[in-house]
Amino acid sequence: MQDKKQDFIDQKLQDLNNDGVDRRGFLKCMAWAGTGLVWTMSGGIPVSQAFAKSADHAGKRGDFSFVQISDSHIGFNKPANPDVTATLQTAIDKINAMPHKPDFIIHTGDLSQLSKPSEFDTLDQVLKGASAKQIFFVPGEHDMLTDNGEEYLQRYGKGTKGTGWSSFDHKGVHFVGLVNVANLKAGGMGSLGHEQLEWLEDDLKGRSASTPIVLFAHIPLWTIYPDWGWGTDDSEQALSYVKRFGSVTVLNGHIHQIMQKIEGKVSFHTAMSTAFPQPAPGTAPSAGPMKVPAEQLQKVLGITDVNYVRGQHSLAVVDSTLG
Amino acid sequence: MKTKNFWAALATPMMIATLLLAGTPSVTANDQLSAAPAAVKIDNFSFGPQTVTVPVGATVTWTNADDIPHTAVSTEGVFKSKVMDTDEKFSYTFTKAGTYAYYCTIHPKMTGQIVVQ
Repeated sequence: MQDKKQDFIDQKLQDLNNDGVDRRGFLKCMAWAGTGLVWTMSGGIPVSQAFAKSADHAGKRGDFSFVQISDSHIGFNKPANPDVTATLQTAIDKINAMPHKPDFIIHTGDLSQLSKPSEFDTLDQVLKGASAKQIFFVPGEHDMLTDNGEEYLQRYGKGTKGTGWSSFDHKGVHFVGLVNVANLKAGGMGSLGHEQLEWLEDDLKGRSASTPIVLFAHIPLWTIYPDWGWGTDDSEQALSYVKRFGSVTVLNGHIHQIMQKIEGKVSFHTAMSTAFPQPAPGTAPSAGPMKVPAEQLQKVLGITDVNYVRGQHSLAVVDSTLG
Repeated sequence: MKTKNFWAALATPMMIATLLLAGTPSVTANDQLSAAPAAVKIDNFSFGPQTVTVPVGATVTWTNADDIPHTAVSTEGVFKSKVMDTDEKFSYTFTKAGTYAYYCTIHPKMTGQIVVQ
């Protein structure tokens, strides 16, 4: 079991090493905080620090924070996690127990397993218990399995455009929720599509380059592993529209594990699932749900806390596991 | 150990030979199988076999063996499965010769083709 955990950590190290992140600093962080992981962005340079220290700082200095949850897959009942409702509940309990209250929650898709009304009902029931009352959604491919996402859009897409994209401003930060799981083409990966890209260009036009931008979508907006479709075919186009901004944070789900990349002023981050883990790219025959020993499950599920500090142009992204 | 390995080594080619022999009649009796169904197993996010060749009139049945739902949808709109959850099936009967490319609309990297002769 220890080996498994070590493998998991090693994999994360490998991913991060490609980005020039200090290995020793990361190890120290892992050792100190277990699987909790903190990256503070400052001028495009990631600085790792221990979990509790950062949480303290965030509490004192942060202008606001929000929490990202992802891939709750309500309705999934296979061996990788026979009770996904319970683990989502644990995630919500964890959010409610945070010392600094998040202003809102972002769910980056795959709310449900099969887009069933009963699954959405269960999700709503659990989310109702969250202390943060405002929740923003983007759909995952599992939420649009039937009727082109009609059921999803009726419930979670009020005020959105097209297949569910939208933007909003919060305390000086501009948030854009994008949909890259609709009308997917044979042989391709995620796709935003022409109409949405035009809307995005228009949405960002005229905004000051000093406005911090947060893009969130289900499938990663950077290519992580094409063989498994872990990327978005036309994400380059979308990212070209945010190049002029001083601080861009891209939050995704879909791959059920933490991955990070810094490219200039853009930091990419994927969140853990609240339901089940998936293997690291290329380490398994497929991206299917990964079964870990029951007592390990909560260590590979989690939530992402994002802190914004005005004037620093940096968003501190803090991942913490459920157990 | 030595004896066991010896027999195991011997058994493998014998089994292959037996399978080959058993397989011979069905290859030559292709005409008789014209109405026989063909199967595609969906496993590990792939269609297996990726290319299936069947005679006109054959029914192909897809079965999802993954823990994740999949679809089998013709890129030309010829056939479209419902969402297949674990162990669910979808069948389609091909009445015209041709090559039918298809994919999983949920995981579009998954592609396959049915060749109808």
